[in-house]
Amino acid sequence: MTLKPAEFYMRDRSQHPPAHHPGYKTSVPRSPRLPLLTLHQSLSEITGPTFGHNDIADLDNDLTVNFTHGAMPVGERIILHGRVLDENARPVPNTLVEIWQANASGRYRHKKDTYLGALDPNFGGCGRTLTDDTGYYYFRTIKPGPYPWMNYVNSWRPAHIHVSVFGTSFSQRLITQLYFEGDPLIPKCPIVQTLPDPTAVTRLTAALDLNTAVPMDCLAYKFDIVLRGRRSTLFENKLEGN
Amino acid sequence: MTQSLNYLQETPSQTAGPYVHIGLAPGAAGFHLFDQELGQTIAPEGTPGERIHIEGLVTDGTGAPVKDVLLEVWQADANGIYPHPEDPRFAQAAPGFNGWGRVITNFDTGLWAFDTIKPGPVPGRQGTTQAPHISLWLVSRGINIGLNTRLYFPEDTALHAQDPILNAVEQRHRVSTLIATATAPGHYRFDIRLQGEGETVFMDI
Ligand SMILES: [Fe+3]
Repeated sequence: MTLKPAEFYMRDRSQHPPAHHPGYKTSVPRSPRLPLLTLHQSLSEITGPTFGHNDIADLDNDLTVNFTHGAMPVGERIILHGRVLDENARPVPNTLVEIWQANASGRYRHKKDTYLGALDPNFGGCGRTLTDDTGYYYFRTIKPGPYPWMNYVNSWRPAHIHVSVFGTSFSQRLITQLYFEGDPLIPKCPIVQTLPDPTAVTRLTAALDLNTAVPMDCLAYKFDIVLRGRRSTLFENKLEGN
Repeated sequence: MTQSLNYLQETPSQTAGPYVHIGLAPGAAGFHLFDQELGQTIAPEGTPGERIHIEGLVTDGTGAPVKDVLLEVWQADANGIYPHPEDPRFAQAAPGFNGWGRVITNFDTGLWAFDTIKPGPVPGRQGTTQAPHISLWLVSRGINIGLNTRLYFPEDTALHAQDPILNAVEQRHRVSTLIATATAPGHYRFDIRLQGEGETVFMDI
């Protein structure tokens, strides 16, 4: 039997943070030191979970209302939108995009977050959506605030939104963070500094998008996501029997 | 100069951070938001196959448990079929079988556990057979890009000898880091060591 589907392009590790980055202290004890085992993709890697509209609810992509207790959350209202594409610039339709973030005070709704920034009773901080046929997605949310964390004694995270994407295979699975155009904290952040290449930071910085901003309602930021592309040739280099 | 290849570049990874649960498992973060959290059931009751329970600990380079890790699981059904349209036998996949799950730790101990059915052997490349295995993906604070590994089962020794992935491990003593331990009938233990002595084999998939 010849497997028709082909493998995904090799991940360009030079564009991703190395596992071990001394400036981000937690990565020091949590980073494998031996080389990753190189693997030719099989069915186990080119398949992955699929999701449909039954898995999510209508308001899951609107963080301004999906945790409301009768009022709007505090903060700068924004649309976050963009497309999920692969490295061949083809749209990735019907794929799950999940986000989580701090509120406008920089506080997370998480039992382990003890920052003194206030919780917002009308803001949960998570959302999810499926891309449409053209790979497009959007969320409505509140621009998160920066927050302090103990890496160095006075380390601050730039405003950011955490993003999780699936694609069509387990090998495309990706979690990242998006930053906001013009934030002076971006170059100072030890987590941003794990990125080996200045163009990598650019690709994680969402652009202010006034064309999509809604007058008298909210600003907008555009953030495109690129997942690994795949080759169009067959798995086997020798076609057996046909 | 040459023509441009015009490929886009994959979006760079960033750590999932300590609050990954807010987005992927808000119940664990301490609040209810979604009607249904995803990845709770890998194999519903009634899925054909042997029901199994797997638990373990992820430890860091100092030997301390990583208490805020989140794992994702991907596996085939008892016949080795993935519930995904690109598996050639997709039409015969077990009805209702998800094959995918999210696993969170106990924040106090770092222990994690999940219930599923044992996968069957899966076709490999070039006519090979892969021993039953569960693919795992780990993220947490301090992990800059999600880590992939596989869990194999201790009783499948004959199939392990044929498995193309296990055979690709150059340092043969490290193969044991990919094989769970049976602790009772249908119960397995699988500890993952991020670094140092007994470092788990992670894979660039
Ligand atoms: Fe964060």
